Amino acid sequence: MSQDLPRADELGLIGCHVCGLVCRDTGAEGAHCPRCHSALHRRKQASYSRTLALLLAAFMLYIPANVLPIMRTASVGDIDDNTILSGVIELWVKGSPDLAVIVFTASIVVPMLKFLALGLLLWSSRHATPWARRQRAKLYRLVELIGYWSMLDVFVVALLTALVRFGVLSLVEPLPGVVFFGLTVILTMFASMSFDPRLIWDGRESDD
Amino acid sequence: MADSQPLLICEHCDTVYRRRELCCGEIARCLRCDAILERHHRLGVGAMFALVVTAMLVFVQANVWPIVTLGLSGQMISTTLWGAIVMMWREHSQIVSMLAAATLFFFPLGKMLLLGWVLFFAQQGRRAPGFRLAMVALYRLGPWTMSEVFVLGALVAIVKARVYFEVILNPGIFAYAALTLLITVFASIDLRRLWELVPERSA
Repeated sequence: MSQDLPRADELGLIGCHVCGLVCRDTGAEGAHCPRCHSALHRRKQASYSRTLALLLAAFMLYIPANVLPIMRTASVGDIDDNTILSGVIELWVKGSPDLAVIVFTASIVVPMLKFLALGLLLWSSRHATPWARRQRAKLYRLVELIGYWSMLDVFVVALLTALVRFGVLSLVEPLPGVVFFGLTVILTMFASMSFDPRLIWDGRESDD
Repeated sequence: MADSQPLLICEHCDTVYRRRELCCGEIARCLRCDAILERHHRLGVGAMFALVVTAMLVFVQANVWPIVTLGLSGQMISTTLWGAIVMMWREHSQIVSMLAAATLFFFPLGKMLLLGWVLFFAQQGRRAPGFRLAMVALYRLGPWTMSEVFVLGALVAIVKARVYFEVILNPGIFAYAALTLLITVFASIDLRRLWELVPERSA
């Protein structure tokens, strides 16, 4: 039944991406929304290539983010460097398995899910496949919703760095891994913002 | 097809609908992609304004008071959000420091001030000066405020620190918890309807 519903494209209409106003598609270059003055586009501009570029950049930073330690704990000459994963394991062992699951989800599952989901969305909309459109639309909204929770570990390191300042007794320092991780999260957020979910529903003829 | 006909376009799949007034508690969903098209809003402009003012007061509290204090052999150290931001800057993680300052301080503050500005005038049935720019800025700020993530981060930091240190919770953490609740209420408000709630004066 949903196949019969008209799309803005077919009716010569454009919904303003910023304020939602329904505008007539004049086909003119550089048209602006009469209400909020934002540029009107049928689809987000260069959605496919932008998303792909941002996603690849994010993935390249994601490797050092996981391999390099994100935090150093030094106490009385004893130095302990933690990566994201070893931080999760430590939390599990030291008595908070439930919190370890939350951190594991935010820092490892969510970024991986974003890479896989956006990769899948890009590939499938490039091929204009009708396969599981509704599910793919939902997957995109899930990625949008949970994406920014990955910043969790970055904030944990920032707080511990500010709090654990006991000189030689105990000291926490941030290590480069946390910078790479923060940038990964930001880039994946930009990637999911530049993907246009309308592409999921577009046929082969309306690529880009 | 007349331009006056109220239409609605699903921003997720581009499907066009005729608009209908929603009853209390109703949510309109897209038949094609199941995204939420519109919700019925219980909150009027006045209530939204009151919420923003409350959020601002809580935000000030959350930033003024320390969040937690750690103790080790008689030595006590506490921090505020800005303490953490400054410390990250000094510890050669300037990028992280800027990310935190933007997503936890400047963007949330900007969002509240813009919304407060727009709603203050909307209450009097007027469009605020710079209404259009404020609305576009609010749209752009969209997902870049992360106070609720920070609260969970503080919780994780507390649990990690508890193994080695004495941990004392300070008012800041409770203010942050309250702020998270207020943000959840805001999350369900579609700011776009303000375009229609405060129509342009034919001046």
